[in-house]
Amino acid sequence: MALRRAGGRLLIPKRAFSSSLEAIEKPQKDGKMLNLFSAINQALHIALDTDPRAYVFGEDVGFGGVFRCTTGLADRFGRNRVFNTPLCEQGIAGFAIGLAAMGNRAIAEIQFADYIFPAFDQIVNEAAKFRYRSGNQFNCGGLTIRTPYGAVGHGGHYHSQSPESFFCHVPGLKVVIPRSPRQAKGLLLACIRDPNPVVFFEPKWLYRLSVEEVPEEDYMLPLSQAEVIRQGNDITIVGWGAQLQILEQACDAAAKEGISCELIDLRTLIPWDKETVEASVSKTGRLLVSHEAPVTGGFGAEISASIVERCFLRLEAPVTRVCGLDTPFPLVYEPFYMPTKNKVLDAIKATVNY
Amino acid sequence: MACMVSRSRMANQLRGKMSFLLGTCMRSSWTSSKATVCSTSAHRHRFPSSFMPMLLFQRFSTAKAGECVSQPCDDPNDQGLDFPGGKVSFSAEMRFLSGSPEERISCYRVLDDYGHIISGSSFQQINKEVALKIYQDMVTLQTMDIIFYEAQRQGRISFYLTSIGEEAINIASAAALTMDDIVLPQYREPGVLLWRGFTLQEFANHNFGNKSDYGKGRQMPIHYGCKRLNYFTISSPISTQLPQAVGVAYSLKMDRKNACAITYFGDGATSEGDFHAALNFAAVLEVPIIFFCRNNGWAISTPTTEQFRSDGAVIKGQAYGIRSIRVDGNDALAVYSAVRAAREMVISECQPVFVEALTYRVGHHSTSDDSTKYRPLDEIEHWRTARDPVSRYRKWIERNGWWNDEVEDNLRSNVKKELLKAIQIAERLEKPAINELFTDVYDEAPSNLHEQEKSLREMIKKHPEDYPSDVPI
Repeated sequence: MALRRAGGRLLIPKRAFSSSLEAIEKPQKDGKMLNLFSAINQALHIALDTDPRAYVFGEDVGFGGVFRCTTGLADRFGRNRVFNTPLCEQGIAGFAIGLAAMGNRAIAEIQFADYIFPAFDQIVNEAAKFRYRSGNQFNCGGLTIRTPYGAVGHGGHYHSQSPESFFCHVPGLKVVIPRSPRQAKGLLLACIRDPNPVVFFEPKWLYRLSVEEVPEEDYMLPLSQAEVIRQGNDITIVGWGAQLQILEQACDAAAKEGISCELIDLRTLIPWDKETVEASVSKTGRLLVSHEAPVTGGFGAEISASIVERCFLRLEAPVTRVCGLDTPFPLVYEPFYMPTKNKVLDAIKATVNY
Repeated sequence: MACMVSRSRMANQLRGKMSFLLGTCMRSSWTSSKATVCSTSAHRHRFPSSFMPMLLFQRFSTAKAGECVSQPCDDPNDQGLDFPGGKVSFSAEMRFLSGSPEERISCYRVLDDYGHIISGSSFQQINKEVALKIYQDMVTLQTMDIIFYEAQRQGRISFYLTSIGEEAINIASAAALTMDDIVLPQYREPGVLLWRGFTLQEFANHNFGNKSDYGKGRQMPIHYGCKRLNYFTISSPISTQLPQAVGVAYSLKMDRKNACAITYFGDGATSEGDFHAALNFAAVLEVPIIFFCRNNGWAISTPTTEQFRSDGAVIKGQAYGIRSIRVDGNDALAVYSAVRAAREMVISECQPVFVEALTYRVGHHSTSDDSTKYRPLDEIEHWRTARDPVSRYRKWIERNGWWNDEVEDNLRSNVKKELLKAIQIAERLEKPAINELFTDVYDEAPSNLHEQEKSLREMIKKHPEDYPSDVPI
């Protein structure tokens, strides 16, 4: 089964979500307003156009994909370079590794992150170790696995999960999650061209909801570089992907109560940019990490531990995590499960007033 | 509802099927208005609700179920169904496919047990030079197995795994390929690497994990890999190389190379999901790949009778729409000929081929295993002697006048000497340096690895006694 419609988280007003201009390596020109799936689509067009050894494949990608990210690619680049695969995630990942190991850019789609687990062995035991185990004789660095993740308001157990932390425990992989269309395009192109295997999680809630001006040209955003998207002095807030929308709202609300938040988009989860987070926490003395995935064993735990190690004497309050609950992702209870704006806002106030 | 169903042409056929299926109970109530007797409690739970319209339909059928299927039918739509994949004919007979064929699929063979060419056999001719290299490499592989096994027993290397009994598969399949063909091995095919020119020194360097090991001492012994020889580095998980080989083959196809991918695996591997994924992908994506299954009867201690109930592995190839052949894996000429023909087919037609070689794992699974605990000694002994692929092949080359005892003795003693020397050198070479612990995780080490290397080095300085002295710091 596939969800064919993203968006629709009812409590959230539809609005454009911006990313800061400074991060873009090339100046913006002739940008168009694009939603996130169209920005992904544009990145894939550029990836295929600029590298004849690039391939896009996965379940249902031939007709444009269930989220329309691959629309028009097969018509333009042909069925040899853009094609459907049988419905088998371990097959897709294994095939992609072999293709990448031959010096190609293998851009594989796993239709939902909830369905990535059959491919776990191929990603963890094969892709991640391919270079290391061969002493750098072989590598599958041309591999990028794109997969939509996260809540959409009606996805229940199997169309909502955020499994990023599983992959963050695997040396050899990179894990990247964009927060907006402009970020998505630049980061995806960087992932595709990075000489290491990357799992690229796409916030499916934002596929249609998030709209912003996206430069039409070919550009890349740096991996393993977090971005401070809002300067502040009282507390550092770290998140990634769709959760940044919630965090922005919480920061706005906190500002009304006189709390100045510094908001950081981590963007690359491994290898992650500790230095940017450390510098910010050294300034603010407080840290809040927030993600949709269950709190226990989530990547927030890693960030908390690392920052406590580095900033212990600077901290003025315990590091706080506002995350998903430790339950399977629940359908009817989604509004209760989620790390919502007010949960974040309450935690901000509690931390600042500790 | 009955009216609606009766308009369907297919329903005529289904009516026949249903009559047969429900024969007993239907006949007893056929003409009565209580034809729905079958839907009373005893049956209600056996059939999905979609069957109900057909049960009702029976009330409008003729008195005898058999008659309606025997009526001549001119409408071509009644004779078959246009269905994706081709026309499917209808059958009035309810026939289940047998779970196993009446006869097992036969096994292609060229040499009999005494090394005679079986009359009428079709096979690829081999010239003397290739024939002798095949034999010499089989003997080298045997010698490697004996000496490395001993080295492990003496504690000089940590692990080893022999290919005894599977020398013909190793060497003859390799001989049938070209160097451009790309090998994705499991772990019982070092002979393929040997055939391609991996030296005894290179084998030894890897097994000792020294600084000349291409794998930089990171994996257990026998996990060979060689870029120069198009032999992908082995990984321990079973079957993972199969879908990767399909991706490799797809690349060869896109690049229009005159080459194929070949991937090796055992009978146990056919139970893994990756096996099924790979065969299906290869068939659907139409790629030049040879799937080579070494059915040696045992996956560690699990015999094939506890692994699958199909007629071996070959039938699975066919089930995925892949041209398949079963060969005598202990007959070097049969293996060579089948792989040679398979190679031509996969490249010229861009289609996969599946080869199942019947053989026997004469050695233990590995140096961590004692197979006499789970299989009879006389079974091992029978395969080690009466079915030994090396001596069978030797009889053939001797009969051709290409071989004799003197050359044999020379070969064995030379290989042994060369290998012992290689082992001595490998053993003396230092281990890879400590910095290689942190390289190749990524193309460039990220900051966390730099930090960890720095702190590890400080720890080594503080507690040198905790660390092996043969790893250069």
